Amino acid sequence: MPENRYENPGGSATPRPGQERYVAPVDEGGLGAVDAVRTDDAPTSLWRDAWLQMRSRWLFWVSAVIIVLVVIVAAFPGLFTTLSPRVCNLSQALEPPQPGHPFGFDRQGCDIYTRTIFGARASVVVGVLATTMVVVFGTAVGAIAGYYGKWFDTILSRMTDIFFAIPLVLAAIVIMSVTTNRTSFTVAFVLALFGWPQIARITRGTVLSVKNNEFVTAAKSLGMGRGRILWQHVLPNSAAPIIVYATVALGQFIVAEATLSFLGIGLPPSTVSWGGDISAAQGAIRTAPEILLYPAGGLALTVLGFMMMGDVVRDALDPKARKR
Amino acid sequence: MTTQFPVTNEGADGTTGPAPVDTSTPLLEIHDLEISFTTGSGEVQAVRGADLTVYPGQSVAIVGESGSGKSTTAAAIIDLLPGTGKITGGSIRFDGRELVGAPRAEKEALRGRAIGLVPQDPMSNLNPVWRIGTQVEEALKANGFKGSKADLRARVAEVLAEAGLPDAARRSRQYPHEFSGGMRQRALIGIGLAARPQLLIADEPTSALDVTVQRQILDHLEGMTRDLGTALLFITHDLGLAAERAEHLLVMFKGKVVESGPAREILADPRHPYTQRLVASAPSLASRRIQTAHVHGEESPELLAHHADEPPAAGPATVVETKNLSKVFQIRGPRPGSSTDFTAVDDVSFTLGRGRTLAIVGESGSGKSTVANMVLGLLEPTSGSVEFDGVDLASLNAKEAFAFRRRVQPVFQNPYGSLDPMFSIFRSIEEPLRLHSVGSAKEREARVRELLDMVSLPQSAMRRFPNELSGGQRQRIAIARALALKPEVIVLDEAVSALDVLVQAQVLDLLGDLQTELGLSYLFITHDLAVVRQIADDVVVMQNGKVVEQATTDEVFDSPREQYTRDLLAAIPGAGLVGDEIAG
Repeated sequence: MPENRYENPGGSATPRPGQERYVAPVDEGGLGAVDAVRTDDAPTSLWRDAWLQMRSRWLFWVSAVIIVLVVIVAAFPGLFTTLSPRVCNLSQALEPPQPGHPFGFDRQGCDIYTRTIFGARASVVVGVLATTMVVVFGTAVGAIAGYYGKWFDTILSRMTDIFFAIPLVLAAIVIMSVTTNRTSFTVAFVLALFGWPQIARITRGTVLSVKNNEFVTAAKSLGMGRGRILWQHVLPNSAAPIIVYATVALGQFIVAEATLSFLGIGLPPSTVSWGGDISAAQGAIRTAPEILLYPAGGLALTVLGFMMMGDVVRDALDPKARKR
Repeated sequence: MTTQFPVTNEGADGTTGPAPVDTSTPLLEIHDLEISFTTGSGEVQAVRGADLTVYPGQSVAIVGESGSGKSTTAAAIIDLLPGTGKITGGSIRFDGRELVGAPRAEKEALRGRAIGLVPQDPMSNLNPVWRIGTQVEEALKANGFKGSKADLRARVAEVLAEAGLPDAARRSRQYPHEFSGGMRQRALIGIGLAARPQLLIADEPTSALDVTVQRQILDHLEGMTRDLGTALLFITHDLGLAAERAEHLLVMFKGKVVESGPAREILADPRHPYTQRLVASAPSLASRRIQTAHVHGEESPELLAHHADEPPAAGPATVVETKNLSKVFQIRGPRPGSSTDFTAVDDVSFTLGRGRTLAIVGESGSGKSTVANMVLGLLEPTSGSVEFDGVDLASLNAKEAFAFRRRVQPVFQNPYGSLDPMFSIFRSIEEPLRLHSVGSAKEREARVRELLDMVSLPQSAMRRFPNELSGGQRQRIAIARALALKPEVIVLDEAVSALDVLVQAQVLDLLGDLQTELGLSYLFITHDLAVVRQIADDVVVMQNGKVVEQATTDEVFDSPREQYTRDLLAAIPGAGLVGDEIAG
């Protein structure tokens, strides 16, 4: 240790110009404020924070209106039309719009407006059912693989990889083409059967990072069981990316259902669905393309609504956006 | 460094290298600097009217806590303000030229050539896919190196050799991951000084390093800048470090310079209340023992009885005893399927007395946290035993193990990771009580209120969420939570290391008070010897999984027996300043 370490290398005992001793006037209460706890406004949990952020965006309100509208149409089609989608009059086939029939008639003489309204239900039911199944199963697989690790992880992750390698629509076509009992439930089930790996992977990744947090170790040293830690601490903290993906997946499943119905192997013709109507309109695409437009428009609007909502939710739940 | 380095580029004034410089005119003059950031909630002023003067060849330090604006000020000098930051007022004059409002090209030309930078984190500031040599080459070329390829290679080796890397030519062919943290920081210092700048800005250059490495690096940096006549602007949160290394000192708080002047004068006679608090809190400068239970508590069993359900006062004087504790981890070997043994903890024995504080000190990788986890019962020892009140933890059945959890609780380092962000403060503190089915809902709420009082937080904080609290407040919540079950032992794993010095002092005081009040025993895991002196009765020094020295705190500080302990002690920043400076 050199002897002169604390001495001025310049050798000057008096400070040089610009380096004189300076003491700032004592600040107004700046020191005490460091330790204050905010008590004025409502506590902000992460969810409340996300909500506050979402509601300030017009995109949220647009997509929320679309989603609410579609869901109401799906649940209560009778509110929007008094006609039946299945009562058709061939003599009215391809007639243009007229009072009481704003979209005109299709090739079978059915009212297009009524069919478009009733078609919402099939899409929404399949979408919601498939998403629910995917979230439950995919989250369970991903959480167990990520949290328990070891051979659980090895087996479940390989299984996920195998299913991940199978294209969703292709696999659904193969299965649906040999299925005789085709209902909304079976379509949703088949879609979920091949749609879960994505969410399982996302969950596994999040769980892996959350479980290394110190609050998990703290819970362990309280003597909390592994299952309870997973349920109470790890899963709630992994929820954000799962919710974001589920919103987007809902849109994808609706598209997949329409694809299957279009191909004639989704919902049976007895069920009114947008996919089926698009398929039926295909034959008249040269003479009356507008018939195609209405079911396709309904489909596009619904998917757009969910996709935009997914975007807004992702922005609001993005952990990077919430660093203070 | 005694060798003479050929200097290949010319200084701004046309003279060559570390030639005599005019030291009477300031090199850098910052006047009334204002910097603000644009955030979602409007403009935030990060720096408010800062003044700073640096003379050629001088070393100046800016000291402050995180968020004080010290790094922002430095970034403004080289025009590297992050994100939305911009200079809104004042002037920065470097070598007679005004930098605020100067064209971008002019400021870019200064970077590297006239003003060098040593960044904070050596781990992320080197490109991992480039060889070290390539990165030095890049720095040299960017700063106008002209010469043949062979010249360039020779110069690269020179730069690294100057920075204190042995066998520099071979080292320059290696990649960053083959370097230790200290070696990387040396390489970065080499890069920062490669073009012989007149000013070197070092932003917390050693905060990510172990203390002994920190000391070597700083000594080297000091030597190099002195030999080259480079002025050094040093940014740190550590007052001891600043006082030891700089002649002129600025203390910043909330974007303002609250005090500045000769380093020794400020240290000896701090005048601003903030500086006074800082000097008083800096563990390396004012190490005094915080009063603990072994002074008051041990002889007053009623205090202990009041706290614990079963009177522990009747128990033996030793709470935790480890006997020949070892932990071997299997790490993946070079070939698939193969594994090698890594002994993280090797034959560690110590005893923690009731109502006392035992510190386990060591640098990263010394195995101290592994010991903590074994004492907490989170890891099973490979051999040896942990005995709690004379009972071996390994012999407990599930029910007994669950009951044991109530008696030992941890507090961890990271105040951002130790509380579940989804849980309100109330739920976080209540969780242990609920899990161990203590009391009714009403009693639990009363207990949570009581605990918040104990850690001096308002009861209204109960309904808040962790993201609304500061780091120090979160750490106090973590302590409250650990106290909820009235444990006898608290394992503090680097519990104050991530806190700013003032907050750290508050938390240490709190821990001292709680020990006196509740008769707690602390197992204090830390890398910071200065803190040890404030809080611990006994010290265990660990290195590479082994205990190197074990004694009372006074013995270790006054007459360390092992060279390693002496190195650690000597490396405490400001350690040499303690007696005479403060007294004077």
